[in-house]
Amino acid sequence: MDINQRYTPQSWPEHPETATMEGKNKFIGFWLLLAAETVTFASLFATYLALKDKGPSGMEFSAAGLFELPLVFAMTMILLTSSLTSVYAMYHMKNHNFKAMQAWLGITVLLGATFLGLEIYEFNHYVHLGFGYTNSAFSSAFYTLVGTHGAHVLFGLSWFIALMLRNAKRGLNMYNAPKFYLASLYWHFIDVVWVFIFTVVYLMGVIG
Amino acid sequence: MAHDTHIHVRSQAEFEYAKKKRAEEMRGHLATFAIMIFLTLVAFTMVAAGFSAYLIVPIILLLAGIQVILQLYYFMHMSGKGHGMVAFFMFCGMFVAFITVLALVTIVWW
Repeated sequence: MDINQRYTPQSWPEHPETATMEGKNKFIGFWLLLAAETVTFASLFATYLALKDKGPSGMEFSAAGLFELPLVFAMTMILLTSSLTSVYAMYHMKNHNFKAMQAWLGITVLLGATFLGLEIYEFNHYVHLGFGYTNSAFSSAFYTLVGTHGAHVLFGLSWFIALMLRNAKRGLNMYNAPKFYLASLYWHFIDVVWVFIFTVVYLMGVIG
Repeated sequence: MAHDTHIHVRSQAEFEYAKKKRAEEMRGHLATFAIMIFLTLVAFTMVAAGFSAYLIVPIILLLAGIQVILQLYYFMHMSGKGHGMVAFFMFCGMFVAFITVLALVTIVWW
């Protein structure tokens, strides 16, 4: 059978992401990656917690004095909303409504790009205050943890954009349904990590 | 072939039923989203209100835990069928993650 086989909403399976052997393999492999990513981020979180507000130099900067909640609150709301818009995209994917899916993915990408822009603004602001990567053990741990998350956001955005452009004329089929589904899982995982970042880094940082 | 699949054209009734079920699920997702927003607001408000750290820290960590469970089980469909292996992977990952954080925070540098 041709992978470009056309479907109608009525012949579209209920779980297109795992309807083929390839889809099943991608699904299981991708969740294994997410489990491994959990461990990656745990090591970065643990390093950050151990080195928070630690020197040996650059002690004039502390988490309590540096972080500002309004910006972090805006970033949190934007990323959380982008998680919902990607749920909408997958809802339309399962309804075999390609245009609606592309539109919701487009909104997700815009929200993600806004989040990334705010993060770049935040880092730039800190660096101008003198809180650079090599400033202290605290600054290195902070930038590595939050920067790794930011790199994931950038990768997720590129992934979505590549999928949307590559499949713009193809429409939804068994070849790309698993791809779209996994990209949206990745996006949710990015939000999962951010929940811990805003809680552990920013909220607990402001408390002191 | 890796992409081989059996095409089953659903009857009109089956199709309508599946569509309705998906729409219901989507409403559930909206409710989940509202809860997540609420939990986030509670966490930020508590910190902004300036309660004691000993009170706030356990509560905001708990709120983060609840939000992650909602994200995994509803937005990422871990509550759906065929996610047994997925749950095994994720729980193993979370277990190692917990040990890692525990070890670095309590033993290595403390």
